[in-house]
Amino acid sequence: MTLIATESLTKVYGGGVTALSDLTVAVEPGIVGLVGANGAGKSTLIKLLLGLLAPTRGRVRVLGLDPTTDPAAVRTRVGYMPEHDCLPPDLSGAELVTHLGRMSGLPRTVARERASEALRHVGLHEERHRPVGGYSTGMKQRVKLAQALVHDPDLLLLDEPTNGLDPAGRDAMLALVHRIGTEFGISVLVCSHLLGEVERICDTLVAIDGGRLLRADHIAAMTSATDVLAVEVSEGTDALAARLAALDLPVGREGRLLLVPLADQGTYDLILGAVAELDLPLHRLDQRRHRVAELFARREGSHV
Amino acid sequence: MSEPTGVIHDIGYQRYTGPRLGRRQVFGALYLHGVRTTFGLGRSAKAKIFPWLVVGIVFTFAATLTAIRAQIGEMILTYAQFADNMSWLVIFFVAVAAPELVSRDLRSGVLPLYFSRPLPRADYPLAKLLALVTALWMLLGAPQLVMFLGGAFTADGMREVWDELLDLLPALLYAGLWAVVFASVGLLVASLTGKRAFAAGGIVAVFLMTTPIVGTLSILPSTAVNQLAGLASPSTLVQGVGIWALRDLLVTDPDAGLSGLGPFGPVYALAAVALVAGCVTLLLARYRKVAAR
Repeated sequence: MTLIATESLTKVYGGGVTALSDLTVAVEPGIVGLVGANGAGKSTLIKLLLGLLAPTRGRVRVLGLDPTTDPAAVRTRVGYMPEHDCLPPDLSGAELVTHLGRMSGLPRTVARERASEALRHVGLHEERHRPVGGYSTGMKQRVKLAQALVHDPDLLLLDEPTNGLDPAGRDAMLALVHRIGTEFGISVLVCSHLLGEVERICDTLVAIDGGRLLRADHIAAMTSATDVLAVEVSEGTDALAARLAALDLPVGREGRLLLVPLADQGTYDLILGAVAELDLPLHRLDQRRHRVAELFARREGSHV
Repeated sequence: MSEPTGVIHDIGYQRYTGPRLGRRQVFGALYLHGVRTTFGLGRSAKAKIFPWLVVGIVFTFAATLTAIRAQIGEMILTYAQFADNMSWLVIFFVAVAAPELVSRDLRSGVLPLYFSRPLPRADYPLAKLLALVTALWMLLGAPQLVMFLGGAFTADGMREVWDELLDLLPALLYAGLWAVVFASVGLLVASLTGKRAFAAGGIVAVFLMTTPIVGTLSILPSTAVNQLAGLASPSTLVQGVGIWALRDLLVTDPDAGLSGLGPFGPVYALAAVALVAGCVTLLLARYRKVAAR
């Protein structure tokens, strides 16, 4: 089944601003990354998927349902985590998530149970009985995620879930989203303007820019055979480059970095051996995926 | 040595396959939540102070009236007049309850969480409105019930109890009219701002600042204008409808100030209906706009 399908979807706002233009995309269940700069049309797309806005032209289907004609059926099966602050400060996390669970049609006792469960899954335990106003940003983001999860949706729409989080918080949130997508069996659409972030966790990537589709594909297809090792030595970069070239490794230069395509684990040994033989101070040696950003950059460049 | 018997397993995420309630039950849940909110139930102790202070005052007033009546056997206020006399308190109650119901949600930005759920857009404001109407009606009606019970226990025979009931029922309807008009105006004003203080001020202003206009109009040298003056303020509008519909129950003193409606009674009734309809329409329009943001 197709998770989300749009067909020449266009949204023009009252003031003549075109937020989405002629967007045709179909994605399979899994973790879907939706990337684009601010103002690319990500939030508009989410509102169209939820049936909060009506498309100007074109068609949209979510989980096989049409949100323009049957928004209630779609929203029963979808959980939404907005980008902005949306939590009343004087309610406790548990009260809020319980109430919103009831608003999704859960019976009273079920709502209470599932609220505690959802909060536990996102990592809030005893804190859930304290007022939200005293929560850290990370905890607030978790409550926002829990309220999207409380009614057991089949699809989660997460609008910038890592907004405002520190690096550790971002990693934790991404790990949580990844877990929801893989272990919980819930499909996830993650919006972000940070490509490097979503590419780590998603199966499919949809990139939009200025309301138009840049590219939509499986992440594997975009990053296959592109792993590179980056080597940095404090001195003797040229000597090392010559040495590696002598070992039949196709070495590339990028500033002070040497880039070596990663063939297999043996590549590590060859590089480490070369560095040790030349007795150079090794600064770093790490695996770099070919950034999807570069693919987009190349693609955009070729259009110009 | 005994083996541990209770082991806690992390059973992981559980899918939910049980029933999902329909629109009616979700509306009911939101409505009940709203009624509880107006009285500060399920909220902090601070949020309970004012509503229960008002509840205390109206019940004390009703109990006093009942006691006086039992002692001297004379009814100082009719049931309908009770609602009139409590109108000032109702205004303050609305000024606190309406922002509590809607402004808080506007301010915290929680509305997208409601509108991304199955309930239709109009259900949110309508449930809140119905909750406020119910709260106001209970605030005005429950003390009348106390007065009725007091009167019924001191009555001689079923005949008097029956008469008493015939006085009470129209008065309860009248209390309902107060509730509907005040709730729809109050909620509309509150839904315009996320700041509770502004909303409360706005509500008090709408209800109280219009009173001097009525005063001015009622002394202009034109009988028709004098008789229509009550239309300018929600309170006098409601009183006008009451005087027209249940004259004897409301006007015990023939010299009472606003008893002169002339032939314009039905105009008051129409104006009240139009006011409520207008407020509800604007309220729905307001939330159509909020939901699309």
